[in-house]
Amino acid sequence: MAINVDTRPSEENMLIDLTKDAVVIEDVTKVFKKSRPLLGWRKKEGKREVRAVEDVNITIKRREIVGILGSNGSGKSTLIRMLSTLLIPDTGHVKIFGYDVVKDERMVQRLINRVSVEASFFKKLSPMENLIYAARLYNMPAAEARAKIRAILSRLGIKPDRINAPLENMSRGMQQKVAIARAFLTSPIVLLLDEPTTGLDPRSKLDVQTFVRELRDEHDATILLTTHDMDEAEALCDRVAIIDAGRIVALGDALELKRTVAGLMGRTELVSMHEVFMHYTASHLITEDDIKRYGSWEKAFEAFEAQREDDEERE
Amino acid sequence: MTKKESNTTMSAMMHQGRAIYAFFERNWNITKRYWAWELVWLVYLIVNALSVMYIGVNAQRFSTGKVDTNFFILYLLIGTAVWSYLSVTFDGVTDVINMERWEGTIEYTFMAPISRFTHLIGSCWYAVVHGLLFTFIQLVVVGAFFHVDLSHANYLTVVFMLLIGSVSFIGFGIGAAILPLLYTEKGMQMSFIVRAVLLLVSGVYYQIEVLPGWMQPLARISPATYVLQGLRAGLMENKPIWSPEVWSNTWPLILTGVISVPLGIYVFSIAERYAKKTGRLKRNG
Repeated sequence: MAINVDTRPSEENMLIDLTKDAVVIEDVTKVFKKSRPLLGWRKKEGKREVRAVEDVNITIKRREIVGILGSNGSGKSTLIRMLSTLLIPDTGHVKIFGYDVVKDERMVQRLINRVSVEASFFKKLSPMENLIYAARLYNMPAAEARAKIRAILSRLGIKPDRINAPLENMSRGMQQKVAIARAFLTSPIVLLLDEPTTGLDPRSKLDVQTFVRELRDEHDATILLTTHDMDEAEALCDRVAIIDAGRIVALGDALELKRTVAGLMGRTELVSMHEVFMHYTASHLITEDDIKRYGSWEKAFEAFEAQREDDEERE
Repeated sequence: MTKKESNTTMSAMMHQGRAIYAFFERNWNITKRYWAWELVWLVYLIVNALSVMYIGVNAQRFSTGKVDTNFFILYLLIGTAVWSYLSVTFDGVTDVINMERWEGTIEYTFMAPISRFTHLIGSCWYAVVHGLLFTFIQLVVVGAFFHVDLSHANYLTVVFMLLIGSVSFIGFGIGAAILPLLYTEKGMQMSFIVRAVLLLVSGVYYQIEVLPGWMQPLARISPATYVLQGLRAGLMENKPIWSPEVWSNTWPLILTGVISVPLGIYVFSIAERYAKKTGRLKRNG
């Protein structure tokens, strides 16, 4: 089914086949090479490559909310940057509704928006000035944008008297809400949220989570969310992927993952998402054989962690 | 062209026009908020110009022969004005990357659905207007300190040369903006080298004939050389736009502009691709 998506009256119509998967990440690898220091031939050569993302495959359906859980440096943000057309994958393909992020860059840019962990703004400018600038880049007339900006910021709990004051006078949480408003403003069909609620108070977190659901329910958006917050992932996401050292080590709905890990741990009740995360990001993926050998999941985990620490000390 | 295609083209043009205005408006808002820094920069340019002008006033004391002080002062005034204009415009263009990297907005601008041409031209347009405004204020203030004989000035030639020269400056500026794009920490400082070389070889305060022979070909490829020569012909000799003296400087500027802007944007797009491959589009600061 091919339809013309016309999210804004003045936008050039975009032909999108909504029967296609919203996001397809296929065999994607991204390796960063550390630059050689000046006079580097005199220095001892160390590890010169960082394998940020390795052989990742995920398909996300339209209107799905998928969470990516991973520790710092696990490759979550690199993956989001590749989807945002800011990084070119070394191998594999990333497609948004069938459009390749490298070959069809401009088209993809019209379909997506992103919220990063840092609220990136011109801090001397007000939220209104920053958001009007963003709206114009996405072909939104200023009058329409102003009304929409006020509505979204008010919905996110920002008082009207703060809208025209410099952003530098706002708390980090408030700035992050303005960043979220910027992404929502352009009504993206695919929304990429890179730790959007980090630093927000519990009430603000709930506001953002409700708004994310609304965006999916009312605007049919597809959402990819990275987070450290296990509760948030469980509450918001239809499926959760766990990424470790650049690789997807688990993918499924939260309940399915909890059942699997509970089974491995020999428990009758479900484990928490935190335990699921610890299981899949342990230094060594704990198998049933390991559990038999060490007596329990916890003992196997402790043994492998101790071994990893010894290895790191030797290095 | 069908009606639908025509509407799509119109809509796309409107989008790019809106985006160009977005950069202008954003930069104007930033200028307003950083007004104190603008004032500092303006005072610096004026004081710098005055100190250069007093070299002209003092020239007679160093010479045993007759020095045409008025001519020398006007010669230096044109040099300082063009140099200020070039500096402000060039800074504005190279700041396209620097400022965004510092504020952390660079990724958002690069993921917006606009062409790089729109992005760069939108930012450069503001740089040109900013540069012209600063230069005008500087000329008014510096002019109040000295008796400058402008009875032979052709102002139409002055405006014409500045506008034609701006196109080439933009091309060079876009080329220099590649440095902060590729070198996240020291790129800005590296772009100063381009500006410094232009100052040395373009005959800002002296005639290019006094340069060593090997340096003079560099003067021939610097757009500032032709802007200065054309301006001096217009301001000091009342030469109109169509005069051979001005035309001999106009056509190299047109040629430089026609080559440097598309070439600058093309090279910038290659640098952008490299930055996206190596992960250099990130915040710094």
